[in-house]
Amino acid sequence: MSGAEVAGKLQPTAVTRRGRLVNLRGFAGSLAIAVVALGLLIAVSYLVGEYRDEQLARGAFYFAAILGLTVVMGYGGKISLGHGALMAVGAYTVALLVADEHWPLAGAIAASAVVAAFVGLILGAAASRLHGPYLAGATLTFAVALPQLGNRFPETLGGENGLTINPPAPPGFLGANFPPERWYAWVAGIGAAVVLFFVLNFKRSVYGLLLRACRDDEVAAALAGIPVGRIQTFGFMVSAACAGVAGGLLTVVLQLAQPGAFPLELSLSLFAVAVIGGLGSLWGAVWGAALIVLLPNWSHDVANSLSLSGNVAYSMPLLIYGVLLTVAMLVWPSGIQGALRRVGRLGRRFASERLIRKQPLTEQGSS
Amino acid sequence: MTQFINLTLNGISNGAIYGIVALALVLIWRATRIVNFAQGAMLMLTTYLSSAMISGGAPYWVAVIGAVGCGLVIGAIVELVLIRRVENGPPLNAVIVTLGLLIFIEALAGMIWSSTPRSYPAAFSLQGYKVGSTTILFSPNDTFIVGMVAVVAALLGLLFTRTNLGLRLRAAAFAPEVARLLGVKVGRMFTLGWALAAGIGALAGVLVAPSTFLGPHTFDPILIFAFAAAVLGGLDSPLGALVGGLVVGLVLSYVSGYEGEALAPLAALAVLLLTLMARPTGLFSAAKERRV
Repeated sequence: MSGAEVAGKLQPTAVTRRGRLVNLRGFAGSLAIAVVALGLLIAVSYLVGEYRDEQLARGAFYFAAILGLTVVMGYGGKISLGHGALMAVGAYTVALLVADEHWPLAGAIAASAVVAAFVGLILGAAASRLHGPYLAGATLTFAVALPQLGNRFPETLGGENGLTINPPAPPGFLGANFPPERWYAWVAGIGAAVVLFFVLNFKRSVYGLLLRACRDDEVAAALAGIPVGRIQTFGFMVSAACAGVAGGLLTVVLQLAQPGAFPLELSLSLFAVAVIGGLGSLWGAVWGAALIVLLPNWSHDVANSLSLSGNVAYSMPLLIYGVLLTVAMLVWPSGIQGALRRVGRLGRRFASERLIRKQPLTEQGSS
Repeated sequence: MTQFINLTLNGISNGAIYGIVALALVLIWRATRIVNFAQGAMLMLTTYLSSAMISGGAPYWVAVIGAVGCGLVIGAIVELVLIRRVENGPPLNAVIVTLGLLIFIEALAGMIWSSTPRSYPAAFSLQGYKVGSTTILFSPNDTFIVGMVAVVAALLGLLFTRTNLGLRLRAAAFAPEVARLLGVKVGRMFTLGWALAAGIGALAGVLVAPSTFLGPHTFDPILIFAFAAAVLGGLDSPLGALVGGLVVGLVLSYVSGYEGEALAPLAALAVLLLTLMARPTGLFSAAKERRV
């Protein structure tokens, strides 16, 4: 990494991107991005049917979970295979608070962030001491172990059948005929936008900065007086809170929290699409969320049109994740977003080369 | 008391399986500094292949040897095609590649053989021995499992400490540069290490399949418990892997016997985290300096 790049990483607020009218890195910028994203989602929800609304809702909460992975893996450089289980924490929190305690939805979802952050604190305290494969194994075990708690305490957590909540009704001012699917998509969208706002701010905050410093060189960060372990634990907490909100939104959208909704495949899929989308960039999280929602549908359609059996259709998305994950690591480690950025850079270079080629005629041609 | 004895015996036979899969993980870790998260998926694949051989009319023992053979080949192919490209890269990349392989193989098995688990024949009776009037939870097949694990462990020990090939394998793992200068074909040793580990995993697969049944995801817990066992013993120590396997097997057996099946994975997580907090490199590893 060159010196200029390091400087750029360490002082993101001081460097304004050239050519931008608005500085998107400030507090107001984060807010603007989140609001625009939410506005887009609401606009799209009017354009598409109820089935797509449901997809939109799922995309929104997966986006929040993948943002959590962006924080821990992209900014923190720590692997986590346990975000499906952290989603389960948030989902059960919302289900318990809404069904048993009759909390309002917004309060329950905020509580799911707090509870998941607390679990993340415990996990993160261990994670900050672990490296690479040890951490991967510990979080993998966590992903398998935690959803089993639902089966262990069937009286409170509902066992295999899980907990259900009453479907949240759209508020009256939207009219009596407002489709509930669209309302779920909006709720999930609002939740995801809040998460996006917090993650954008976290990234440019001093903690985000320190977290990335620890990722790039733990020894140097420790020598500079950064409490590496505590910063990484905090990063894990922020990430877990995102996953908790995602799980809470899942409960709202599906009105259900059960162990079967959080299998190991969920954790592995989240991990896979976060890597394939491109770690550490917000657009990467967008691609990841699109992939995790659309890929099962596409592969199902493809399998149907080729009249392949149900087994093939069912396993196709995971097969594609597996191939993409492996190929991405071997060929294009920065994922879809990295690839797009590179294409963009090539395009810009091509444009500037044409400029240079024109220049000799005017400047050097005279000499 | 009977329950305690039963749980202990059950823990020993499960622990033998965790131990031998942990041994396979340790072999790969020592050779290439990579944790093979696809180990569980690879042994699932070889067990399916062996099951297909049995359905095709092959005798049990031929199918077992066939599984080990397939394991050797698959291990070598995986190392040559995938792992070689990430061996010297950042550790996260290698982890992601083996996870990609895990997801890929499980999906492939689900496509070919459907996700409904099927049965797999046992070598010996699954009926427990009779002591006096009570039947204990330890069958002739369990004796076979523990015996096979002991034999394989002993053979591996002999291979690594008494043969020229074992010396070269160890040299390639511990000091690849020096070994290369001394004429050891290090790359070939790595391939061989992966093949050996996958072969051992394949054997573990056919040993455990009669009691767990055979499905694309039935070996996920085994990978996780074996990983816990390997970490418990220190990823570097083959003996530690076997002892770790027994400890994990016993702990899980007691927890699921007295507290319920659902808590077993959480117990494994607790064992794993407590070990790593106390000794980040496992119980049997020599103390080494660590970054930060």
